[in-house]
Amino acid sequence: MWKWLHPYANPEVSYHFAGKIIPWLSALAALLLSIGLIWALAFAPADYQQGDSFRIFYIHVPAASLSMGIYFGMAIAAFTSLVWQFKLSDASAAAMAPVGATFTAIALFTGAAWGKPMWGTWWIWDARLTSELILLFLYLGVIALHNAFEDKNLAGKAAGILTLVGVINLPIIKYSVEWWNTLHQGSTVSKLGKPSMSVDMLWPFLFCFLGFILLVSVIICIRFRSEILARNSIRPWVRTLVSQQLAQEKANDV
Amino acid sequence: MSVANLSYRAVFSLVLKRDLTIAMRHKDDIINPLLFFVIVVTLFPLGIGPEAQTLSRIAPGIIWVAALLSTLLSLDRLFKSDHSDGSLEQMLLSPHPVFILVLAKIVAHWLITGLPLILIAPLLAVLLHLNEQSYTALILTLLLGTPVLSLLGAIGVALTVGIKKGGVLLSLLVLPLYIPVLIFATSAIDTASLGLPYSGQLAIIAALFFGSLTLAPFAVGAALKVSTN
Amino acid sequence: MSVNLAANTESALISASNLTCIREERLLFDQLAFEISAGDIVQVEGPNGSGKTSLLRILAGLSQPYEGEIYYKKQLITQSREEFHQNLLYLGHLPGVKGEMSAEENLNFNLTLHGLHNNADEIEETLSLVNLAGFEDSLASHLSAGQHRRISLARLYKSSAKIWILDEPFTAIDKQGVHSLEQLFKEHIKQGGCVILTTHQDLLTFSPSQVRKITLDYMGE
Repeated sequence: MWKWLHPYANPEVSYHFAGKIIPWLSALAALLLSIGLIWALAFAPADYQQGDSFRIFYIHVPAASLSMGIYFGMAIAAFTSLVWQFKLSDASAAAMAPVGATFTAIALFTGAAWGKPMWGTWWIWDARLTSELILLFLYLGVIALHNAFEDKNLAGKAAGILTLVGVINLPIIKYSVEWWNTLHQGSTVSKLGKPSMSVDMLWPFLFCFLGFILLVSVIICIRFRSEILARNSIRPWVRTLVSQQLAQEKANDV
Repeated sequence: MSVANLSYRAVFSLVLKRDLTIAMRHKDDIINPLLFFVIVVTLFPLGIGPEAQTLSRIAPGIIWVAALLSTLLSLDRLFKSDHSDGSLEQMLLSPHPVFILVLAKIVAHWLITGLPLILIAPLLAVLLHLNEQSYTALILTLLLGTPVLSLLGAIGVALTVGIKKGGVLLSLLVLPLYIPVLIFATSAIDTASLGLPYSGQLAIIAALFFGSLTLAPFAVGAALKVSTN
Repeated sequence: MSVNLAANTESALISASNLTCIREERLLFDQLAFEISAGDIVQVEGPNGSGKTSLLRILAGLSQPYEGEIYYKKQLITQSREEFHQNLLYLGHLPGVKGEMSAEENLNFNLTLHGLHNNADEIEETLSLVNLAGFEDSLASHLSAGQHRRISLARLYKSSAKIWILDEPFTAIDKQGVHSLEQLFKEHIKQGGCVILTTHQDLLTFSPSQVRKITLDYMGE
């Protein structure tokens, strides 16, 4: 059943495959993001309650969903790596972690920036923002653990175990934070709820969302390629690749 | 001399006894985290002010945060010395399931560090003017919650035991995982102080306990294999 | 790629196929394959940093190779863990001795953990075999590194394991100790066991033809 996957388990094939799809993905990402963002920021109607500050929603929500999505992606990669000893999974998890952390940070900053006009303060202990903050800690833990090992292979395994532990805990943490939030909610603040979207808001949102997904895929592909190179530096095909690259640079210099 | 297959219970008690023996001959490991617990708790009245009302309001949080930190401080002893003198790899090479060995070590750790915390907590609760109705809740949450801290913490130490400067990293890995216990435990104590039933929160902590009891030893075993690699 | 090289010989106790080991982005050995049968004494040799310890740890199942498999009696060691561990005695660089316990307690714990029940007399007797008579009740923290080493080596006298994997067993052991260890090895292989070891000095009482050698000299490039 998994036979069709087999060629991609070869690092060299995956490296070249990722290289081939990057231009297509980035072109599509650029197209969708420029349409989506211009539409969302300039032409879409302002929210009748929140005014123009609502437009940050077009970045905040994709970033927040991606921050969760990438963590689940890492967990799946970690699982396949630990169960089937699938070495490329480690490389892909390592490629995802910093991207996920960055998008978590973006979600936090845009959330805070959205909060300022709404609540008059940069930070409130809103359930979603708090979960996002804890998610950032989980990401940073995985990255720090990965960096602490000198051997990439071991680093990948250790980070994988931590990712799986994290992914089991994530729903529990999310639930407990939401519960804690409702318990301690003194004055009623309006939450960062999803506003009912009209169609002229939905379309630019979808463009932005898809655009961000593609952007993330491009970044992950680029990082994935360099992770593959770093993990296979002793393989002949990497050496040939590097020497070709060097020869080309030399030729360009002359 | 006879060769025999040890039952799981025999292996468990063998390792448990060994770890307790070592701890009793190295009492600093028991006393220091406890002292840390007491000192951290006494810092709060000094930092915040001695009004009984404020203190009793924040007492559950202070006691629980201090318990988290002192557990964190004591986690190192769980695998560190066994790793550096080679006895950990000998244990992993024994024919017994890693699950049993790891569980025995975690139980020993809890008996050495978690149990003393529970015994001394009422005293600290007095210092912080904890509401009288909350004492039972405090003890019950600590009884159910501190084993979870040992179990989850063991995963963190197992992952960092091979790293030279793993101490700070350990806290980064472990503390986020402690958040649910902290939330439900402090809320149980708060609820108790209002005279309301807090069995819901206790049930959730119990669920966390059983969940981590069944899953954590596997994660620890896998992590130790990476760390002894 | 992973041809089952292992399942050829009937008597193979432990065999390796296609072993590749990479440490800190350095290739230590590549596509290593061998079989070790009952009655073999195998010396792994090579310059410092050539991966001798890594190879022994991989054979014991403590480290995972980058590629390749280890078989115990034709079964992957990961699949027959319990049986393999019952028949394995690995002594690495670290003695696995706790400073907080006495010599006797240390030996007793290690033997019991590996399924060997002993009474106090037998433990005492075994300790005297490694020149630790009189130190039974001393805390190991009061003993020297060489004595720690001997506490861990004492297990060899009681072991029922077929496969002995010993990383530099002779360090901090005097000449007479080396001699009696070698006698022990002879006894062990005669009874159908095998010994895999690294050592800086050559084995004294074995003739070169008796000792199989695995040489690691693949130093990357």
